[in-house]
Amino acid sequence: MNDESQAVVVADQPATAEPVEQALLEFLRTRLKTEVDPAQDLFGSGLVSSLFAMELVVHLEQSFGIAVVGRDLRLDNFRSVRSMSALVHRLQDVAGGG
Amino acid sequence: MTTRSGKHLAVLGAGVMGVGITTTALAHGLPVVLVDVDRAALDRARTEVAHQLRHAALMGAAPADRAPGEVVTTTSVRDAAGAVAVVEAVTERLDAKVGALGAVADVVDPGTPLITNTSGIPVDVLADAVPRPGELVGAHFMNPAYLIDLVEVVRGPRTADDAVARLEALLGSLGRRAVVVRDSPGFVTSRLLHPLLNDAARLVGEGVATAEQVDDLMRGCLGHRTGPLRTADLIGLDNLVDSLAALHERTGVESYRPGEALLEKVRQGHLGRKSGRGFYDYGESRS
Repeated sequence: MNDESQAVVVADQPATAEPVEQALLEFLRTRLKTEVDPAQDLFGSGLVSSLFAMELVVHLEQSFGIAVVGRDLRLDNFRSVRSMSALVHRLQDVAGGG
Repeated sequence: MTTRSGKHLAVLGAGVMGVGITTTALAHGLPVVLVDVDRAALDRARTEVAHQLRHAALMGAAPADRAPGEVVTTTSVRDAAGAVAVVEAVTERLDAKVGALGAVADVVDPGTPLITNTSGIPVDVLADAVPRPGELVGAHFMNPAYLIDLVEVVRGPRTADDAVARLEALLGSLGRRAVVVRDSPGFVTSRLLHPLLNDAARLVGEGVATAEQVDDLMRGCLGHRTGPLRTADLIGLDNLVDSLAALHERTGVESYRPGEALLEKVRQGHLGRKSGRGFYDYGESRS
């Protein structure tokens, strides 16, 4: 795979795992004033309150153009940067028909 | 006024507590007529309720098998007529509560429980404002009401058994448990918690520790879920000052007198989470 074909793949997927994770890590760094690991359980570690959990929902919706509704609106989807990133990708794929 | 879906709960006051209690009822399928004198507050409440219903779902605090109830907002207390119960959640000031309770008692059916959500005013003091004092009972909801499932219920000396039983049944239908205590200034929770918050603020004001340090110690060493200063921010520092002043006035206990650190925050307009800043900075956060 050459550089050109990689660029095409990236364009087909509006947010690859790395940029979404990086954006979320940056957001958490700013808001929590601490570094978090992508796999870290944000609630289990006591870093994130239930009120902040809802802030994460709104942040994801506004930053990535998704709507989290129905069965997707559950805490497990927001438990770590990795699980939030997976949710963003899944909902973007659904919205894009992919 | 009746909602399309039948019997409703009337909630007086579209502030932090009134909105949270409205969300609790709606999440459990009970329609609400929300009354406030301020139309702008009612408009804000609609947005906030929608946000809180999502938050309740996120936290597993809303029954997934029940459609949310419908909310009607109104500036006329007459629209409370026909309610199964009334929750009064206006500003924690005696004159405001007396006015609201007296007005609503005239429009609901006799026997309708009048539930005052006060954090500290004795129920028996408020009972003088209503024509049938036996109908008045206290329910001190915690904030956020839609996430905390335990409610401090206050039986005044004139509260009828039927009013307590109806309130407990209502709370049960909303997935809430009740602990029933006797009437007293501040009841149990505010009497214990508010002087703690006052002292925590004082420690920050004296430079003994930062807000983060105080909360960290109380969480990590003493098992507090939130920490006193985050809790104070959540309550609202103006509300906390009002509550402390009332406790001080009613009991004469000096530790209830609002400390300078709290008073200064209120003077600066730093009222806690609801204003975006208190002991912590919440940025643009609205949740």
